[in-house]
Amino acid sequence: MFQPRSIQSSMTLKDKIMSMDYVLVLSIFILGIISMFAMYSTDGGKFDYHTKSHILRFGVFFLMFLIVSLFQIRFWYQTSTLLYLGFFVLLLGVKYFGLTSSGSQRWLNFYFMNLQPSELMKIGLILFLAKYYHRISSQDVNKIKFLFLPIVALVAPVLLVVAQPDLGTSILIALGGVTVSWLAGVRVKFFAYASILFISLTPIAIAFLKPYQKSRILTFLNPDRDPLGAGYQIIQSKIAIGSGGLFGKGFLNGSQSYLDYLPEKHTDFIFTLFSEEFGFVGSLFILILYSIIIMRLINIGDLTRSSFGKLYCYSFATAFFIYVAVNMGMVLGLLPIVGAPLPIMSYGGSSMMAIMLGLGIAMSCKIYKDIPVN
Amino acid sequence: MINFGSGNTVIKSKLISRRMFVLSAAKTIVFCGIFGRLVSLQINEATKYKTLSDKNRFREWKLAPQRGIIKDYFDKEIASNEKVYQLHITPENSPNLETLFFRLKTILNLSDKRIFYLKRKIAKQKPWEPIIVSDNLTWSEFSRINLFLHELPGVEPIVSVARQYPDQSTAHLVGYVSQVSQKDLQKKQYLKDMSVGIAVGKTGLENKLDKDIIGKVGFQRYEVNAFGKRIKQIQVDPGESGKDYRTTLDLEVQKYTSKVLEDKAASVCVMDIYNGDIITIASSPSYDPNSFVHGIDKKYWNELISNEKKPLNNKAIAGLYPPGSTIKIIVALSALENDIWNPKKYVNCSGVTELYGEKFHCWKKKGHGPMNMRSAIQRSCDVYFYEVARLLGVDRLSETAKKFGLGKKVLDGFIEERAGVVPSTTWKRKFIGKNWYLGETLHSGIGQGYFQSTPLQLCLMTAQIANGGFEIKPRILVNDKKNNLREYIKYKNENPNEPLPIDMLVSNFDLNPLFRNQENINFIKDAMFAATNEAGGTSFRSRYNDQKFMFAGKTGSSQIKRFTALQRELEIKQKDIEYKDRDHALFVAFAPYKDPKYAISVVVEHGGTGSGSAAPIAKKNN
Repeated sequence: MFQPRSIQSSMTLKDKIMSMDYVLVLSIFILGIISMFAMYSTDGGKFDYHTKSHILRFGVFFLMFLIVSLFQIRFWYQTSTLLYLGFFVLLLGVKYFGLTSSGSQRWLNFYFMNLQPSELMKIGLILFLAKYYHRISSQDVNKIKFLFLPIVALVAPVLLVVAQPDLGTSILIALGGVTVSWLAGVRVKFFAYASILFISLTPIAIAFLKPYQKSRILTFLNPDRDPLGAGYQIIQSKIAIGSGGLFGKGFLNGSQSYLDYLPEKHTDFIFTLFSEEFGFVGSLFILILYSIIIMRLINIGDLTRSSFGKLYCYSFATAFFIYVAVNMGMVLGLLPIVGAPLPIMSYGGSSMMAIMLGLGIAMSCKIYKDIPVN
Repeated sequence: MINFGSGNTVIKSKLISRRMFVLSAAKTIVFCGIFGRLVSLQINEATKYKTLSDKNRFREWKLAPQRGIIKDYFDKEIASNEKVYQLHITPENSPNLETLFFRLKTILNLSDKRIFYLKRKIAKQKPWEPIIVSDNLTWSEFSRINLFLHELPGVEPIVSVARQYPDQSTAHLVGYVSQVSQKDLQKKQYLKDMSVGIAVGKTGLENKLDKDIIGKVGFQRYEVNAFGKRIKQIQVDPGESGKDYRTTLDLEVQKYTSKVLEDKAASVCVMDIYNGDIITIASSPSYDPNSFVHGIDKKYWNELISNEKKPLNNKAIAGLYPPGSTIKIIVALSALENDIWNPKKYVNCSGVTELYGEKFHCWKKKGHGPMNMRSAIQRSCDVYFYEVARLLGVDRLSETAKKFGLGKKVLDGFIEERAGVVPSTTWKRKFIGKNWYLGETLHSGIGQGYFQSTPLQLCLMTAQIANGGFEIKPRILVNDKKNNLREYIKYKNENPNEPLPIDMLVSNFDLNPLFRNQENINFIKDAMFAATNEAGGTSFRSRYNDQKFMFAGKTGSSQIKRFTALQRELEIKQKDIEYKDRDHALFVAFAPYKDPKYAISVVVEHGGTGSGSAAPIAKKNN
């Protein structure tokens, strides 16, 4: 019991840096470089606003990722509740002071950036639930009274985000929370009950959906329903990806994005742009990079000895996987357009910040894998 | 709470790992799904999506081709193209259409109605499609627009070409072009690919040749962005201008003819008797075909359609007239060919003959006295031909008349051309539903009654007699083939019993004689010569004495209204009768008599008698 602590205290900065997962760091870095080129292409081959801003953000948050990873895992364990509550307050702040853009209120105006707290909440909820399940014994997990807090912790922020309205992010937050609960051993039957409840509430929820959200879902079911309206994005995205072919149209030659057929090409549809210009080979490369990142995260979870570390790494790996899968599924026409950015690649500071924070904590698990959290 | 290394933690770790394994399996499946989707989109369906992407990317603007030029035989232009100044608006380039139209109204002469029409059209089409505000600006309007161009965003002054007809004399034959109508689109499939605003042939040659003369539409292919804005030009195909055509007309003769016919409702056809080349085909009064090109002015239109001389009607091919006495040459020929009449046979004309209880009058009230066939043709004796027709019968007459080109359309592809009527017993039963009366045979024998023919048919009839009785196909476009009929006929006449040399045989393989005995044709030609050149002939006054120009002809008048008995009593002269009730005057001829080259037909509506009106016109023409 004392032994591990001595290991920790004896670690020098050099040791810490040496024990980082360099495959993971390298993969993230490569992806970041690729995202810069993609952003340069969305600016029409000019070193313009989006490119500059994206490079700056990647630089800043990549540095943040390294710094976060050097904090002891115990620190993150201890502050996780605080982080969760902090993010929750920010979400509440959005409700009252938030900036509204294209009909939804998602951002808080800070001096240096417009922060989207819902993105941070993705990580906050995972941290909070990982700590919660770390603290209760596995026998208690399925007791009703111990289910109460996780449900509240999950539902409260999700409702706030849905009300913004931001369906995509709320789903991603919820899925992160569900993943932690699943890993902690919550019985399948509870998930079944939750699903039944969710499905039975769906018709009521639909009544509260904005017309554009309804039309997006209907459009997903049949994109040709309204090819110039809601179906436009899916159709144009499929055309862009398909027309890329095996080797793509070449860097800066993606006609679909260059000629503005592609909507939201900086953010949600960045993969489409990349896929159009670099073809199947490029898309596969990106897919492999993401797979490596996810596998490395799972690997860190395997190495970590604390339940908190395991729960966090596995959950974050799964959440990260879900973000990638939802975004790709969306642009490939497999899922409805819900507004989910692609981690690291997409333009957007809050998303980048949240992902780097998440990755940094995971890396901290790697560096302090043998150290108990409490 | 310190449970590191405790059993509980181990159990927990195992549980987490077990559950993670399930999740990992699910992840693999999902990523495989994404991989599969990528394969399907980017490899299997890449071609499909590449096409769709190009469809997005490129947009084509059509370029109107230039219409081909129509020329006369001597390469003078009958229908040409001229530079016109146009004003187009591209709505997407104009920030405010209301103010733009307001400005334009002060610069140009735009009516509110026109502006309303344009706005409605703009609302219907895509914002990047240009709309033609005015397709024929004057030079001063055009320069004013250019002066104010910087304050008129979206306006494009364009120099284009449009149809121009230098001369009105050919208006009927050439026809005119105008804006495409719904009906044109249905009828003419090739217009589907044409650009908006192209002019289409509506009548005459312009309509007949439309498909080839209109040209091949060109296009400019641009790369456009999602908002339809042109980014860069990728490809230009200027298209092909339409085929040029050379016609058989002689514009000088045509102009001269038109001048002679001025103010009369009349038409003249002149045809080469050996190859059927139409040298002149004029109809009077004429109209200005240029007025249709840019949309006709309402006032001028009303003027045209209210004119009782019907200027829009091409009388040479669409005017139907009873052939009158000009049919007598066919009646005579038919009787001779069918061996039912001896040309030497005399009939005494007393001015009237009574048959089947009805009185049939000769045009000469006093009568011609004893007539044989030659003198009956010369003096156009009606009584003689009543007798010939009675013995001939209408069916044999109609057979000969049809053989010589009456009762069917002469030209191809002229929508306005009419076939006319050659009556027969079966025709009457079929179209009128009654049996034939013998009295009607007599009327037919002098070209009255049901007989209806166009001036061009009469010209063809005369030409086919003049060339010795051979079938010719009249033509309006120059064709170098089948031009040696003349040599062939000469050869045939000189060596009647010898076979043809091979080169002539090849070029005239489908030569078709219309006679049984060529002597009969020659007899008719001689009688026509007499009518013009021997004293007492109906067109004697119009003769040429110069051997070189001497011609042979036959006059005719066709009745519009039967004379009442009272009028006959009073010997009312034609000029006293109201214009629209007067007879039509007809004259057919060929010239020169010694070595015939041309056949002519002249019809003057309500011109009185053939000898009085038509023959002098023919004289002037030669």
